[in-house]
Amino acid sequence: MTELLRAAGVSKRFGGLLAVDRVSLAMAPGAIHAVIGPNGAGKTTLFNCLTSFTPPSAGEIWLQGARIDGLRPDLVAARGIARTYQNIRLFPDLTALENIMVGLGVRRPETLLGALLATPAHRATVAAVEARARALLLDLGLGGRGDRLARHLSYGDQRRLEIARALSVQPVLLLLDEPAAGMNPVESHAMMELIARIRDEHGVGILLIEHQMRVVMGISEQIHVLDHGVCIAAGTPAQIRADPAVIAAYLGARAAKHGMDALEKRA
Amino acid sequence: MTLPARLEPLALARDATRLALAVTGACAGLVLVGLFGQFSNRWLVVGLLDIGHALMLAIALRAGMVAARGQSWAGAVPRALLCGALAGVLVVLLVMAARVANLRWMLVSLTPVTLNRVGYMLPEQQAMLLLAAGGAAAALLGTALVLLPPKARRLLMGALLGVVLAGLLRELIRSLLSGLGEIDGWAFSYDGLLPAGAMAAAGIGALAAARPGARHFAALPSRARLALQLLCLALLLLLPAVTNDFVAQVMMLVCLYTLMGLGLNVELGLAGLVDLGFVAFFAVGAYTVALLTAETAGVAHLGFFAALPFSVLFAALAGFLFGLPVLRVRGDYLAIATLGLGEVIRVLVLSDMLKPLLGGAQGIVDIPKPALFGVILGSPTRLFYLTAAFAALAGYCAWRLQHSGIGRRWLAVREDEDVAQALGINLVQVKLMAYTIGAAFAGLAGGLFAAMAGSVFPQSFQLLVSVNVLAVLVVGGIGSLPGVVVGAAALIGAPEVLRDLGEHRYLIYGLVIIAIVRFKPEGLSPAAIRQREVA
Repeated sequence: MTELLRAAGVSKRFGGLLAVDRVSLAMAPGAIHAVIGPNGAGKTTLFNCLTSFTPPSAGEIWLQGARIDGLRPDLVAARGIARTYQNIRLFPDLTALENIMVGLGVRRPETLLGALLATPAHRATVAAVEARARALLLDLGLGGRGDRLARHLSYGDQRRLEIARALSVQPVLLLLDEPAAGMNPVESHAMMELIARIRDEHGVGILLIEHQMRVVMGISEQIHVLDHGVCIAAGTPAQIRADPAVIAAYLGARAAKHGMDALEKRA
Repeated sequence: MTLPARLEPLALARDATRLALAVTGACAGLVLVGLFGQFSNRWLVVGLLDIGHALMLAIALRAGMVAARGQSWAGAVPRALLCGALAGVLVVLLVMAARVANLRWMLVSLTPVTLNRVGYMLPEQQAMLLLAAGGAAAALLGTALVLLPPKARRLLMGALLGVVLAGLLRELIRSLLSGLGEIDGWAFSYDGLLPAGAMAAAGIGALAAARPGARHFAALPSRARLALQLLCLALLLLLPAVTNDFVAQVMMLVCLYTLMGLGLNVELGLAGLVDLGFVAFFAVGAYTVALLTAETAGVAHLGFFAALPFSVLFAALAGFLFGLPVLRVRGDYLAIATLGLGEVIRVLVLSDMLKPLLGGAQGIVDIPKPALFGVILGSPTRLFYLTAAFAALAGYCAWRLQHSGIGRRWLAVREDEDVAQALGINLVQVKLMAYTIGAAFAGLAGGLFAAMAGSVFPQSFQLLVSVNVLAVLVVGGIGSLPGVVVGAAALIGAPEVLRDLGEHRYLIYGLVIIAIVRFKPEGLSPAAIRQREVA
């Protein structure tokens, strides 16, 4: 079975700052991985490198056995990587339905002449795209909200619409940047279940950035911990939870020592 | 207000005085900037009211409306009467002061004639009485407009608007009704609207405002409603045929700008590409038709309809070629880059290098009129129908594109380029397509322009054309197809219609644009999606 994603020694340098420093990771198809780390650790920059939004300064990225670093962002998307954004970036003045139809339309291009003359083939494409878009909306719990402008949807709906739009390009790898940010425990639990269901039903691999440990620990198979651009630990949730380096990065070295002492005492 | 009873008259006097001072100031301003002088020798209603005094009365009317705010009849009427009368007296007092002080060395508009006209050439006491009575009446009318029940208010408003429109647009109305003959005698004279005509206009205005059929119209099935709307459109299209060349000329210009507006709407309204060099493609289209058809300077002597596809093609090609380098810049930078493009074309046409071909500043003349099946489309009416047909065709294409996947991709790029690209949209390809199609529309308009004008000169392709097309979009509502037509009618048609206001028409034009962007920033006919959301 070929790997879904392999990043090898990916680095990104902004002037004097090494935002991502030789990060490597590998994902199997349909896996759910998480990237965690303090603010400014380089998580979103890593996403930007994977999607070519800011191409990496060094390292290689392979998707399904093909090298994709250095490709234009739209070509990376065509290979099958879709993403959401930390601060939601929908097309605010388009309806929810249109937001999704944009993504679907990319995979089913129309000819200029077909659009002008409204040929039967063109009509069939349009009908198929719209039906698929409505099905996606329904699937993500946005049924009946298709004709609302994206900007007028509630926060939770906007988060889910962004995921629906990412799914509309039929990706093999979905990058979710803080999908549960700003949600209460009930909502983030629902988001967790949604993510797991999307993986099962669409068969996509999912790489997510998240700060809510409940979500991260609940659904990730592998966790990568970034700190100052360096991957300081990687492993299963249980391994990460026990890793002293991770606790040090999150709580500071002294607090970590304190915490470890307390743990040992209890043991 | 819950003032003690003995303080009530004081509050009334204070409110009225304040308003009267404001009215007096506004009227003095009218006189000082010369508006009053310009308009006081033109009748709104012959023998009764000139436009200069009508403006003053409009100010008093507005004051009456302000006076009625938050008041009952009992509070509003005395305020309005007092304010109007006081303002009338104050204006005459100002006139008397101006006569004594003789400020003409500094304020050139204060000629003795103008000052006399303010008081209708009457002795001062009589002028004071007359203006005070007029001011009070106008203010009272304003109060009534606010306090009357909605139905009565609409009737009154309709009657007032009817008279004002009939008075201002008398030339247009006369030419529209010229076929009916008799109307000239009693409704209009050479000087303007006659009192009997004013009565008729007021009646028609009130009738229109009452909208007797509105409820029946709304109750009609949508198909019948559409049929009625189409009927209105057909009547509008018939207008140039039954009236005169002036109307045809104006409507032709509106169609031409609609055509260009549709093109810029693809670029700016849909794909979000700011283009200040739009006139370049218009010029390419115009010079293509000129070169291919002109009798002496031409190179091919083709017929108009054989040359027109080349106009579209070459303009599209120009759009494609210029788009390749230019579309890699964004936002404000794109505006500047395209601005340069517009100038490049104009300078190229004027250059010595291309002079033998394009005629330099002398342009290309004797472009033959289009001929269709042996019929020469020479008259403005026939050219209007030609332009309207192409505008309709372009409108259909724009409508199809907007509602296709291509249009959605443009919208996505307009909303957020980075996200659109991350969804797999090839930015350069999508933008180039918008730019090329927009250019093709402009080329079509240019070709039509060359044929209707019969000649092309570099001076016809100034930056101002690009700016005008942009203004058409802004006024009509960016991204809205009906908005393009409405914007073109408002911006291009209105100044022509207001022609007999002389040089002040651009003042009014400017004020209207400011009013639109201030009070209706989404445009006169905004894109459907926004309307839906506002509702």
